[in-house]
Amino acid sequence: MSLTPDDVKSIARLARLAIAEQDIPAYAKNLSSILEFVAQLDQADTAQVQPMAHPLVGVPQRMREDRVTEQVDRDRYQANAPQSEAGLYLVPRVVE
Amino acid sequence: MLHTKSIAEMARDLKARKVSSEELTKVFLERIERFNPRLNAFITVLKEQALQEARSADLEIAAGRGDPLTGVPMVHKDIFCTSGVKTSCGSKMLDNFVAPYDATVVERMKRAGMVLLGKANMDEFAMGSSNETSYYGPVKNPWDETRVPGGSSGGSAALVAARLAPAATATDTGGSIRQPAALTNTTGIKPTYGRVSRYGIVAFASSLDQAGIITYSAEDAAMILQVMAGYDERDSTSVDRPVPDYTAELSLSMKGLRIGVPQEFFDKGLDPKVAEAVRAAIKVYEKLGAVVKDVSLPNFMLSVPTYYVVAPAECSSNLARFDGVRYGYRCKDPVDLTDLYMRSRGEGFGAEVKRRIMTGTYVLSAGYYDAYYIKAQKTRSLIRQDFIEAFKQVDLIMGPTTPTPAFKLGEKTDDPVTMYLNDIYANGVNLAGLPGISIPAGFVDGLPVGLQLIGNYFDESRLLAASHQYQKETDWHLRLPKNYG
Repeated sequence: MSLTPDDVKSIARLARLAIAEQDIPAYAKNLSSILEFVAQLDQADTAQVQPMAHPLVGVPQRMREDRVTEQVDRDRYQANAPQSEAGLYLVPRVVE
Repeated sequence: MLHTKSIAEMARDLKARKVSSEELTKVFLERIERFNPRLNAFITVLKEQALQEARSADLEIAAGRGDPLTGVPMVHKDIFCTSGVKTSCGSKMLDNFVAPYDATVVERMKRAGMVLLGKANMDEFAMGSSNETSYYGPVKNPWDETRVPGGSSGGSAALVAARLAPAATATDTGGSIRQPAALTNTTGIKPTYGRVSRYGIVAFASSLDQAGIITYSAEDAAMILQVMAGYDERDSTSVDRPVPDYTAELSLSMKGLRIGVPQEFFDKGLDPKVAEAVRAAIKVYEKLGAVVKDVSLPNFMLSVPTYYVVAPAECSSNLARFDGVRYGYRCKDPVDLTDLYMRSRGEGFGAEVKRRIMTGTYVLSAGYYDAYYIKAQKTRSLIRQDFIEAFKQVDLIMGPTTPTPAFKLGEKTDDPVTMYLNDIYANGVNLAGLPGISIPAGFVDGLPVGLQLIGNYFDESRLLAASHQYQKETDWHLRLPKNYG
């Protein structure tokens, strides 16, 4: 599987990653070699095999009791925000 | 030589008041100051905080209240959230991030009275096998400063190898504890998936990630794992089952122990000198009364390709949280919201992280999901099944940790697939969710070689016991890199 520069641009767009134009060929080359490498999975016969999502096979997802365990300290968490005001996270204007 | 003592000895001396935690902490802080500029193993050194913690530990001990590890210094990999302390994950994206809470592991070690010396350098978001993807620059291997220490826990491994701390936490998604341990002559254990809580550890690939520890010896690892392991209701993958007394079980007999050696591990790709060292290490077990037999892992060759579908897929999903809005890096003067997302992520992530996010995005995208992602989940089942079959015949599996000793800095950075193959013997263990450990097993041309032991689910006791008994017969793990005396 070989990716073109246009493929890379569309994947980068899906992943919300700005990639500089001059870096696109290197990503196309590296990503193609990764996909070529993983293509060897095609040779494995998996017709009768169940997919496995995680190692805790057969362990059901645990639910916790619905009770208050902590108080959210908004100021503390928001201290890491690039831009905030009056408890709100600020982003560029979305609606004119 | 306080810095070369085992954790058991340090703990004993602290209890007996032969040494204070403050003295011990100063010894390591001085070593960090002296040697870290050469190694670049730390992102943050917490000098004042560490001394303060040491003084409180001394008060606890004086009052007769100390726990077994009270006053023993250690380091956290910079992927563990530490309240009030920068937690960068080796990335520009989190260079300004101060964790607002402690990871469960951090909380447990703090409660045990351990003293935090600092935060270790690592590959960016734990994605790498050489510690060269860190935003803070590569870590050097103390055995040869022109070579890599392995990754992603390269800082943790290098600093323990150079005796800048007796223990450093680490994480292992596809070999990130065992591979650097092997390349630096240290002991590194990756427990069973679900054994140690991941609450507060920056997520990379959630079906694979597991936290562990890098130490001088298996005995030390047993003492620390005792504190780290156990159920945590805040991690939904944490398994609720009792934690054995790892130290008490170190003396488990090797007589009649069945050791399986997968023939596939000794195929092409393995440096013959590494193979020789590993075979010699396995011979030591025969001397101790273990029975060594061949086993087969027929789908072994599928493990790296399977890993490089599953891990990037999960990483692309996990790292979607870095949006430049709630925390982390934000680009300058975004024109609109899409520009903010795209440039914050494009500028905040390094090349390897972007490669993995894009690989993951691609294999999960419409039209390719079945061909790549579902296919890899099926080959993952085959890999797990191979191990389950092998463990019907043997108690432990042994082989090399890595195909070669430490390689040169810059040697593999241009070719991701060659870099990925460094974890060829490690990836399968994560895909299956099994525990594994790498222990020092000799040297090739002056560079350390690791022996990997793989255990059955939740059989950390046996892994640690087997490692400990090997370390009673050999002194590889006590050898120190010259210039770091």
